[in-house]
Parts: sequence; C-alpha cells; structure tokens
Amino acid sequence: MSEVKLNARGLQCPGPIVMLFKQMKIAAPGDLVTIEVTDSGFKADVEAWCKKTGNPLQSLTEVEGVTVAVIVKG
Amino acid sequence: MNTDKKTIIVFSGDLDKVMAAMIIARGAAAMGNDVTLFFTFWGLNVLRKEKSPPVKKGILAAMFGWMMPQGANRTTLSKLHMGGMGTAMMRLVMKSKNVPTLQEMVQEAQDLGVKFIACTMSMDVMGITKEELIEGIDFAGVAGYLGEADEANVNLFI
Repeated sequence: MSEVKLNARGLQCPGPIVMLFKQMKIAAPGDLVTIEVTDSGFKADVEAWCKKTGNPLQSLTEVEGVTVAVIVKG
Repeated sequence: MNTDKKTIIVFSGDLDKVMAAMIIARGAAAMGNDVTLFFTFWGLNVLRKEKSPPVKKGILAAMFGWMMPQGANRTTLSKLHMGGMGTAMMRLVMKSKNVPTLQEMVQEAQDLGVKFIACTMSMDVMGITKEELIEGIDFAGVAGYLGEADEANVNLFI
C-alpha cells in the first residue's frame, strides 16, 4: 500500500478531477491518494466522483481555501 | 470502474460553447465514461489545423475556408465579441485564471480517450477535407453518431 500526494492548487475544473483520475488509474487497490485543490467546486465534485467510480472518500477538509481530499483506491 | 457513455454533438463553433463541451467531455472522461464528440457544421472549424496543407478547392469552398475560423484558437465568443476585443479579453482572463486554451482542452480530451467524429456531410458542404483536420479523429455520418448515442445515457447538443 502506498501513499501519493497530488498538488492540484490553481487548476480549474475539471483539472483536479482529471489529475485524480489519472493517478487512480495507476494506483493499486488500498493505495491512498491525497489531493490539494483550490477550485471551490471541488468538494461536491470529488464526492460525486468517488461515488461514481467506487473509490471511497476517506476524508474531506478545507483549510484557508484549500480543500484536501483523501481517497482510497477501491 | 463503471463505463457509462456520454455523447455531445458540437454544432457551435463559438469559443464559449465549445469550451463548455470540452469541459463536460473531459469531466466525463475523468468519471470513467466513454465519451464521443460529434463535430458538425460550425463545430468542424474547431478541428481545423492552424496551418493546413495546400488543398485544391473550388472558389466557394475556398471562400468558406477563409471566412470561417481556422482552428480552436481562432474561435470567437458567441456574445461580447466586440470586433475581437471581447474575445481577446476573455482569452486573457482565462490565461490569468489558469484555464487551458481551447486547443489545449481539445488535446487533453483526446489524450483522455475522448472519441472525436467529424461529420462528413458538413465537411462536404463546407468544402473541408480530411487533410485539413487534426489527427486522431474518425469520420462518419448521422447513423454513426446515432449508433453511439443509442448506447449512451447522456446526449447533448451544443
């Protein structure tokens, strides 16, 4: 099991989701992916993305305009 | 991953509208969907190479070619174009907000596996040849599109 951190700060929709998608394609089941995003729509987007793709969302937090999501490869 | 399918008919050749189509297409691809874009009429201009190889054409076809935007980066806004000023301002704002150019969006969509189909009838009417369009696209008519649309759960016309 490995952990990857992605920096998607400054990327506009759907950039962060595309970045997450590409990383998840090469991740192994159980891997953790953390992504940092400044796009304000990302919270709703990542929830929908996780539900759709079957990769559980482990945590979703926001600190000073930066959303941090941790996703487990399902 | 669930592989649902989405199709979009890109009829418009306006910068703003094609941008919306490209954002939906890239988003859908990132959701694990199969995505097909069918470019017809004005939308075909988005797929034109900026520098096309010399092609022998009739005078009408050549005139159409001169009058229409040649490639994604020559497209203009559907509103507030204002003789080019509004479109230039929009491109500037997009750049400052870190939004990719329309040409980059097209490239990224292709990289994500989005399927591009050029409408052969529109190509014929507008006198656009295969050599003038970017690489990596398919050519088909309405039946080809409908075949794809039948398998999809979202079909948009932009």
